[in-house]
Amino acid sequence: MELFSSMFVLALIYSTPIILAATGVLYSERSGVTNIAIEGVMVMGAFVAATILYYTEASMGDFAPWLSILLAGLAGIIYSSIHAFISIDLEGDQTISGTALNMLAPALGVYLCQIIFGQQRSQAFQRGFVKTTVPGLSEIPLIGRLFFSNIYPTFFLALAVVILTYIILWKTPLGLRLRAAGEHPAAVDSLGISVRKLRYGGVLTSGFLGGMAGGIMVLTQSTQFTASSIHGMGFISIAALIFGRWNPWGVLGASFFFGFSQIFGIYSRDVPLFANIPQEVFQALPYALTVLALLFFSRKSAAPKAVGIPYKASN
Amino acid sequence: MAEVELKKTKKHKSLAKSENGRLILTALIAIVLAFLVAILVMLATGIKPGNFFSALLRTFTGLDFSKAGTDAFFKPRYVGEFIQISLPLIMTGLSLGFAYRCGLFNIGAEGQVIAGILGANLVAILVPWQSKSLAVLAVLAAGLFGALWALIPGLLKAHLGVSEVVSTIMFNYMAIYLSNAVLKALPGSNTQRTIDLPDQAMLTSPWLREITGNSRLHWGILIILICIPLYNILLNRTSFGYEIRAVGFNRDAARYAGMKVKSRIVASMMISGLFAGLAGACLALGTFKYGRILPGFENYGFDGIAVGLLGGTKGVGILLAGLLMGGLRSGQALMQAQRVPLEIAQIVSALIVLFVAMQKAIDFILSRMAKKRRLEAQEMKTQEAADNNPKPAKEEEGGK
Repeated sequence: MELFSSMFVLALIYSTPIILAATGVLYSERSGVTNIAIEGVMVMGAFVAATILYYTEASMGDFAPWLSILLAGLAGIIYSSIHAFISIDLEGDQTISGTALNMLAPALGVYLCQIIFGQQRSQAFQRGFVKTTVPGLSEIPLIGRLFFSNIYPTFFLALAVVILTYIILWKTPLGLRLRAAGEHPAAVDSLGISVRKLRYGGVLTSGFLGGMAGGIMVLTQSTQFTASSIHGMGFISIAALIFGRWNPWGVLGASFFFGFSQIFGIYSRDVPLFANIPQEVFQALPYALTVLALLFFSRKSAAPKAVGIPYKASN
Repeated sequence: MAEVELKKTKKHKSLAKSENGRLILTALIAIVLAFLVAILVMLATGIKPGNFFSALLRTFTGLDFSKAGTDAFFKPRYVGEFIQISLPLIMTGLSLGFAYRCGLFNIGAEGQVIAGILGANLVAILVPWQSKSLAVLAVLAAGLFGALWALIPGLLKAHLGVSEVVSTIMFNYMAIYLSNAVLKALPGSNTQRTIDLPDQAMLTSPWLREITGNSRLHWGILIILICIPLYNILLNRTSFGYEIRAVGFNRDAARYAGMKVKSRIVASMMISGLFAGLAGACLALGTFKYGRILPGFENYGFDGIAVGLLGGTKGVGILLAGLLMGGLRSGQALMQAQRVPLEIAQIVSALIVLFVAMQKAIDFILSRMAKKRRLEAQEMKTQEAADNNPKPAKEEEGGK
């Protein structure tokens, strides 16, 4: 039980960036723009957060990590605006644009590390987020232990974002329009609503959440930024979106699954039965499970109909 | 009548010419813009672009103007090295190109290269042949491993509609971990590397090394010389290639025309993987002397995306783009030595892909410019005609 609860909490921690990034891509894809650039956005977020934290932790203390991920989110907005411009205004190829940004991000991040720190990684920070135990709620039997003890506060931030996303996208007129832009942009256009603005909104929101996700990832799972800080979690977030059928609750569940698959890899090494299996097999496991998940859940695709197709407003 | 026909063919020819011309022009524009942005990045971060370009010049030509007049002025080793590093990039460019022609975006070349390296290493270490045929077997194994590593993403795409973009990325990560596990388990391996590969398995060539001033240039050149024509013939001169392109052009139309769309998708993924696997052969048997436990991706696959797209997915284009990217990559050590962070090369290649993504916009601007010029020329012509003989000009207009 002790083992299970510590595993569970760790899985929640590892799923936090996936939840945020996948929710981010949800906005983008629901508005009609494919965003595989999320991996690169997360890398930029990780670089900015690790760098800002290194320079502010001494003076700002507990506030520094929050400032770092906020700025990581802003960096994500700026970085994803390139993708938005190419996809929406230039009607470029969204997959190629995303791939280019994914190639650019680690190169740019490490380049800037060489300029700022004189090495190919950022200088290690002392302390990222601090694990908390929520007073009161942690007293609840079982649930308190699983969800509210020894956990990073960022997990609750991710949960709040999912709930907020559900409300925005399914309970407000703006959300209806944004989803319509991804299903039937011509209809939105005919009502005199700008598809362009909605899609920009979708992509930039994904940039903000993706940047924060990258920042949180490096601040909760590492001590510095390197070229492999994100190691494919952006792509796994896209898988979580597909697995979760482009729906916030589905995304939440799928992200837990992928968080668990990573933790499973870490814990399996200690199981005597698996002692003879090389550790690399467990490192490869989350990616294999992602392929399996795609295999079982992609048959009836729930993707927005107009996703990936540029829309030219008629005027 | 004959005149009309002649006119027609002439028109077709000039159209084809202008389309190829536009392809070259957009590629050149992408390259120039990428370098311009890279210059801005360097200036903004206090790096001298001059150092970057002098490193590049030396990489491509072997010339060092600061040592003009001495023996060190021309070093052929740099040229040999940059060609050597281009070889796997040309292969991953072909890999990207072949899948792209079938409408697939295979970003799994990275993993397929690693699978190819693994195949070559396994054969070289485990097969006890004493003759040079071991090298041939190792190259074939590399191609086969690459093709097999692309098989599952191909099947998933063809039969279940799973996006190859996401699945091939997952296979990249699996490739690096699993191949490391296998290489470590080979007899004599430690946590960094395997034992040295036997000489008879290598593509290395004392002759090529000698004429290039001791560079690592190797017989991988032959693989390129075979694969580029093969790529062109397969795609453009066979019905198989025609079907691949038809599927890429319009999957539904190809299906209605009775083509086996699913099997073509799987086949093109595997051939794409084969080319990437052969890139692995160049690296495993030519560039390096032993199997390496990789700490992370080396970006041969990702740079192949830049090569394939910049080359317009055409054989010769990929060759030239591969040489450009190879030079950028080969110059990294010189750049770092001149206090230019070596990642600038990676930044340039990413920017090239980024500007290729804007191709539609660049195309649009170019075609508008061409149209404008044509209209102006036409206007001038009609003006001239009107000046000389007003009546026929009018008739011509009416005929339109």
